[in-house]
Parts: sequence; structure tokens; C-alpha cells
Amino acid sequence: MPPRATPLPRGVAVVGAGMSQFGAFPDKSGRDLFVEAFLEMRRALDKGFDPASVDAVYVGNFSSDLFEGQAHTAPLVTDAVGLLPRPATRVEDACASGGVALRQGVMAIASGLADVVLVGGFERMTKLPTAEVTDTLAAAGDTLFETPAGFTFPGFYAAIATAYMHRYGMTPEHLMHVALKNHANGALNPKAQFNVTLADWMRGRVEAARKKGKPLPAWQSEMDFLHDDGANPQIAWPLRLFDCSPITDGAACLLLAAADRAGEFTDRPIHIIGSGQASDAALHDRDDLTSLGAARLAAGQAYAMAGVTARDIRIAEVHDCFTIAEVIATEDLGFFEPGHGYGMAEDGVTARAGAKPINTSGGLKSKGHPVGASGVAQAVEVWKQMRGEAGPRQVPGDVPLALTHNVGGTGNTAVVHIFERRN
Amino acid sequence: MPDTASRPFTAAAFNQYLAEHQLMAARCETCGALHLPPRAICPRCHGDQLTWQATSGRGRLAAFTAVSIVPTALAAEGHGRDNPYLCGIVELDEGPKISARLLGLDPRHAAAIQIGTPVQAEYLTRGEGDRQTTLLAFRA
Repeated sequence: MPPRATPLPRGVAVVGAGMSQFGAFPDKSGRDLFVEAFLEMRRALDKGFDPASVDAVYVGNFSSDLFEGQAHTAPLVTDAVGLLPRPATRVEDACASGGVALRQGVMAIASGLADVVLVGGFERMTKLPTAEVTDTLAAAGDTLFETPAGFTFPGFYAAIATAYMHRYGMTPEHLMHVALKNHANGALNPKAQFNVTLADWMRGRVEAARKKGKPLPAWQSEMDFLHDDGANPQIAWPLRLFDCSPITDGAACLLLAAADRAGEFTDRPIHIIGSGQASDAALHDRDDLTSLGAARLAAGQAYAMAGVTARDIRIAEVHDCFTIAEVIATEDLGFFEPGHGYGMAEDGVTARAGAKPINTSGGLKSKGHPVGASGVAQAVEVWKQMRGEAGPRQVPGDVPLALTHNVGGTGNTAVVHIFERRN
Repeated sequence: MPDTASRPFTAAAFNQYLAEHQLMAARCETCGALHLPPRAICPRCHGDQLTWQATSGRGRLAAFTAVSIVPTALAAEGHGRDNPYLCGIVELDEGPKISARLLGLDPRHAAAIQIGTPVQAEYLTRGEGDRQTTLLAFRA
């Protein structure tokens, strides 16, 4: 199927964006988090919010059923934000649920069936013990043929990492630099679950040991810390704790409007000019274990629709559920040649001030990964960066074009969006 | 379970073969593609005429991991932070790849494990009576 090269039949713009605090919140339901994100989005609308203008609601959520014992969540969160009786639809594509919900909203407006759409995503994950979270996430794999083999989600990406290391010579140290970079960004994001650099994290651990009268760790550098089996234990070799995104509660919301109505909400809309989505088989059923084919296809569709190339993209939020996933994402998106992405964090290319800033929000790694919200929260970050509203983590210079890359499962779903600022 | 020729192309039939210590794939009669796990529809030519075909059970390691933070099913087998297990993807000599447990390699020294290591299928029995299942594994 060749990429669709025509633009959307009707222009679509983001006119408002907001997100909840990301973290672990024992006293908040998924619904509460959704309301928190919605309120921030509503307050951020330059010309105020008219509830009557909203035509439909799409909500990304992976598994409130298993995480919270609550199914059929779209009407509930729509009620909570006062938008009944709008049609409310939950979208589930594992960790790509949010990005696919965004695409559903884009398609609803582009088709002419809706003018204004609320797109949200949420996940309330920390209520379950870690083993049950591991089981729930593993259910996004193939439970007939993959999970009986013992694959967990870190396990899948660890296996991808071994294939990549074997083929291209990457080492676990290269992946540690991805974590260092994303924590450096997350330290500048007040919404991030881990709002600290790894250096600060280390100092905290040393201070805690000092207070308890325990022997002080001998780390001389962040890399010492990351090599310490106690501080940074193996999760699924070669991935350690700091290669993995955390278990997170959080939500994010966007208001989309037909481009010809965006002016009712803001004079500074961000236009969605490219959208692509593709699907793939179980990991073992793919020819190449070092690239996500669905991401390549989704990116190709989005670039063709937008009429831009990878080189034109100023910043990107990519799906770094694990450090190796960021490396592969930057290759699948065409930013770097296959086998060349793994050194880019260490070399500073993907840093906030680098040539191709990746995950300025801190990424899933540091900002947190409430799975159904992540694809929407990526768009919240590019919205802020493109409007110059990202505060201390604002990238230098202008951001006229940005991209989001959201993956479900091991790449069974991938969805890519391209955003443009025109004024 | 009916005889080999008429078994459906389902996970249950595949697992029944595992219980009989056979790793069976589905061969597309139309285009010749070999599918593992089995499929009722060939994704290459879209044909629906398939037959079961025994594999050699021989292959090479294509990707692997040693899992330390384990799911509940593996915790019940005694695995955990201090007792990781190995799983991975094996490419059979016949071409298809499959996910499986890995045996005969040391999960505590995963860095020494080589992609491309030759492996041979084995069958692990778990549970008892009506709840007995057979899992696919490969031994180096």
C-alpha cells in the first residue's frame, strides 16, 4: 500500500492542550486525572471554552478494566467533564491508544462529521502490585504464542535490544545515555514523574544512606550509578531499571478543531498536516527484529501526507517505553540511518540543544508512561514547544514542524503525526 | 483430537501437538509459505488451503532476554529477581521464527549468550490433570 500523498480532505488544528501531573496518586481515579488534564486544557484555550462547540469525544485507554476494574470509561469521563450527551468512544491499541485516539479525532473532523473534538487519554496504573501490572502489560502481547514463552514487556524490548546489539555493535552503555538525556529533560518538566536529573537522583540516594548511617555508595559518576546492580538492577537483560519507563498514573487532553473554525479558540493554532498508522504481527513473525515495520509505514504515510521529510522535522516526541525503543524510533522515522541511532544520545545530537532534539518532555522514561495517555501527552509537549510555552526546557530557536511517534505493543500498532505552526 | 490431516489451525491444536512433543507448522498449499504459529489464512497469498507439517525442531537463537522482574505465572515456578529465566525468539532451520523458553544457557550470565547459538526444541509440562499444559522450549 503506497503512502497516501494527498493532504487531509479538511484541515485539522490543535487549539488547546493540557495534561495532569504524572506520577503515582493513590487518591485519584483515572477519571479524576482526566478531569485534571481537561481543566488545564480548558484554561489554556486562548479565547475560552464553549462546551456547546464540542461534537465528539475520543478517549485513549489501554486497560482501565484490569487496572481499575472499570470498563466502558469513555461516557464516564465525558460526563465528568460535562460533555454529555456527545458521542464518546474509547480507543484501545495498547500503549498507542492515545495516539490512535488522536488520529480518530483527526479523521472525524477531516470527514466533516465533526467540527470540534475532545481527544483525551488516561491510565491509572499504580493501584495494582508490580507483578499484576507486568501481567496486564504483557496482555498487550500475543497471549497465545508470546506470553507463554515468558515474555514480559521489558523482555520483548530486551530481546529486540539483543538483536540490535548483535547486528550493529551497540552496548548497554549507549542505552544508558538515552536514559541520562531523557532524565535531564524531565528534570525541567514540572509535570514529570521523575522531575530530577540522574545526578540529583544519585545525590538523593547518597544523602539517604548518610542519614541512615549506612555505607555511602562509591559512585563517581552517573555511569557508575547506572552500572550498580543494586541501584540500577536488571529487569530483563540487557535492560535495567533505568532503561524502562515507569508505572504511571496520568491523563492528557487536546481540543481539535476544523482549521476553518480554529480562530474561534485561538489565534495560534497548531495544524496537524500528517497522520499515519500501521499494524504488524507478533515480534517473532517479523523479518527484521531491529526495526518496527509499522512505525516505518506510519511515518511514510505521515511524511507523504504532510509533504515534508525527516530532515524538516525540528523536534520529535518518540515512544521511548524502553531506551532501545527510542534508538529504533529515531531510525524508523528516518532521522538516522539504520544502525546509526544508538550513539546519538551520547553524542548530544538528540539533546535539547542538539541538532535533532528527541523527547524534550523527558519522554516516557522520565515524564512517565500512563499508557493510554502517552500518545496524547506527546502532542501536548509539541504544542507547548511550537508555541514557545515550554518554559525552562524550551528548545532554542523556532519550531515550525514537529512529530509524534506512538507505539502499541512491540510495534503491533504504530501511529505518527506531524504538526505545523504557520504564524 | 482427530487425526493429523483434519486438525483445525488453532492454538489448541498447536498446543495438542506440543503435548505430543511435536512442533508443527502450517504449510500453505497455494504458495508454499510455512507458518509458525499455525494460521488458517495465509497472509502472503490469502489462500485458505493449509496442511500441518512437522518441523525439525532445530534452529538458531535470533533474540533473547533473561527476565528478572517476572510475571505471576513464572513467579509460581520459583523465578524472580534472584532466579531469572531465559526466553527468546528462535529461527527454525525451515525459516519461521517462534517465541519460546530457553534452556541449557545461564540466565545469570546473559552477556555471554550468543545470537545464532544452535538450539533444539524441547517440551515442558506444567500443571496436572485437566490443567496440564505443554510449553515450547529450546535447549542450547
